[in-house]
Amino acid sequence: MSPNGATPLALRAVKDAAIWGAVALGLFVPLIALQAVQDIRGELRLETRWPLLVVLVALVVAGSLLNSLVITPWQERRARAAPRPDGSAGRFAAGLGRWFPPFAIGFVTVFPFLALWLVGFQGGLKWIDNFGIQILIYVMLGFGLNIVVGLAGLLDLGYVAFYAVGAYSYALLAKEFGLSFFTLLPLAGILAAFWGILLGFPVLRLRGDYLAIVTLAFGEIIRLVLINWVPVTNGYAGISGIPRPTFFGIPFNASDSGFAAVFGLEFSPIYRSVFLYYIILALALVTAFVTVRLRRLPIGRAWEALREDEIACRSLGIDTTTTKLTAFAIGAMFGGFAGSFFAARQGFISPESFTFMESATILAIVVLGGMGSQIGVAIAAVAMIGGTELLRELDALKAVFGREFDPTQYRMLLFGFAMVLIMIWKPRGLIATRDPSVFLKERKAVSGSLVKEGHG
Amino acid sequence: MRASPAPALLEVEHLTMRFGGLVAINDLCFTARRGEITALIGPNGAGKTTVFNCITGFYKPTEGRIAVAHGDARLWSELDALTLCGDRKLTRPDGALFLLERMPDHLVTRQAKVARTFQNIRLFSGMTVLENLLVAQHAPLMVASGFTLLGVLGFPSYARAERAAVDKARHWLALTGLIERADEPAGALPYGAQRRLEIARAMCTDPVLLCLDEPAAGLNPRESAALNDLILTIRDAHNTSVLLIEHDMSVVMEISDHVVVLDYGVKIADGSPAAVRNDQKVIAAYLGVADDEVEAAEAEVGL
Repeated sequence: MSPNGATPLALRAVKDAAIWGAVALGLFVPLIALQAVQDIRGELRLETRWPLLVVLVALVVAGSLLNSLVITPWQERRARAAPRPDGSAGRFAAGLGRWFPPFAIGFVTVFPFLALWLVGFQGGLKWIDNFGIQILIYVMLGFGLNIVVGLAGLLDLGYVAFYAVGAYSYALLAKEFGLSFFTLLPLAGILAAFWGILLGFPVLRLRGDYLAIVTLAFGEIIRLVLINWVPVTNGYAGISGIPRPTFFGIPFNASDSGFAAVFGLEFSPIYRSVFLYYIILALALVTAFVTVRLRRLPIGRAWEALREDEIACRSLGIDTTTTKLTAFAIGAMFGGFAGSFFAARQGFISPESFTFMESATILAIVVLGGMGSQIGVAIAAVAMIGGTELLRELDALKAVFGREFDPTQYRMLLFGFAMVLIMIWKPRGLIATRDPSVFLKERKAVSGSLVKEGHG
Repeated sequence: MRASPAPALLEVEHLTMRFGGLVAINDLCFTARRGEITALIGPNGAGKTTVFNCITGFYKPTEGRIAVAHGDARLWSELDALTLCGDRKLTRPDGALFLLERMPDHLVTRQAKVARTFQNIRLFSGMTVLENLLVAQHAPLMVASGFTLLGVLGFPSYARAERAAVDKARHWLALTGLIERADEPAGALPYGAQRRLEIARAMCTDPVLLCLDEPAAGLNPRESAALNDLILTIRDAHNTSVLLIEHDMSVVMEISDHVVVLDYGVKIADGSPAAVRNDQKVIAAYLGVADDEVEAAEAEVGL
């Protein structure tokens, strides 16, 4: 930076910081500085928290200064230093695509034993169940929604509906007819795919915002039906006592014919968790494998072409109706698989589990991962679900903010803050490049700036 | 020009397209013959692209018949019977007859084998050049992949079909001079290369009739000369006839076998390039006439 260029930069930075500080002050005076507290007689009193306000506004000002004095100039220098006129992204992404999957698959395969070895039976259960299984469910949902949103470019805000269809299909059929988990798993997938096609038909002609609104409504319709169709779904009360998956007919319980007794082990709930972990891991891997295959098949290329330009697709003899419907159906099918697994794992389901918040979380995973990228979706699911779970564990923060500080209450705030930061830093998601499905001489990743986001 | 006229490939009869009160095309009739390059020219707003949209199924014409025949030319005698029976195609071992105005757009390309390009280039910009050409071969690859089922299970028949598709793509990449850039994203190509890629992509659908909407727009003279050669190669070596919308007269006059001139949705001339160039109505439509000659000119063109 030349000396005569430095003054305006510093001046601009101070001006920006002053504006941000003023905005933060205006927002935080009612939100933070003033606090309504109920006293001992049950009356509301107004308390003030000026020191906290000062700290927060100072943080905002410092952040603004840091951004305009350090981060932005650094980014500009970097953008000037490495222009990529041909639009092909660097080899780093391609390299990541090669070495990362085997490593990740190896790690998740040994993860339960690693957890048990490191933290023992007591702590291991939490790591396998709360982290492992929970994250893998979302990885699978992310892969499923990625087909619809990332590949075909159709924005679906009601994806949780298919998750719910899968869960209720398994729960009701297993309770009514006593069929086993592995019989019902494909059936739940097929039923969810059927609902996917049913959603697909009315939205075939819709684009963009209109498509998003209808899919959002579809998700709500399914949830409201689950709440109000009490004779079948038991309404708000939900369905309990859903049969659990068995190990080739051997149940995981404390009885004499249970898993532990048959294999001469001491009874522990950990065996079921490890078993469930491997089921969902297998399901997620199958989903990833099928999606990778689909991308290299004509149907996958047609999805991506549809995202890029629908009119051109039609001029090349591609039937956009069936192409869209297959995207909805296959995406929904994976959602249905995940749903039936969810019901089998929980043993209890209610409409509470299938709110719009779930759809939003899954969509956030897909967007954060980089639309269309499998590795990105997996990393984003680990970060989002694992991250929010980890925030429950931050008891260390109590030392900083005092004993009354409850980190779980700030979970969603910190989570939203992280999302904003990542979207500023990487607006096209963590993996912003597209991996071509076929190549003649050399596989070159396509820069995200050329890839369209679809009309959804 | 050939001595005896080649059999007709595309027959447009009494085509009328109205948008509300606006008559974009009025009672247009023309014929595109096999192995010929037919040019459709006219001033801006004459309705040329609307004709293309009607032929390729993007618009449903208000009135008229658009027919394409493959194979035996004697099939044309069945045209009226096909129109009356309400069906949209007639297939026989020695050929087929299609009524394009009854077909949805994707079937026009897939079954009637009429491919098109766009005035404002429509490539899949985030996909590589090679991928663009494979998307164009969707229908045969879809069959080879057992409508996705066999492909997901990894049957070798799909791998074979994909290799064949890549070979065909390679052929067109070599012909359009894009082979070195096959693995680059289509959106990163320079303008002229994007135009050529769009033609190559349309040719990968194995068309009998290729409709090019202003392929020379925005090209420099050298690129436009290369384009002429490419279009002539398509006509002569690939058994594909060409229907061309073009403003660049160096392209039209040099390579067309037959020129149709439109003005305000009405055909004002139809014939060889030399005949059209000297036609008074065409000159009037393109250049206008002096003020004191308007009435005489209007009387002459029949307004």
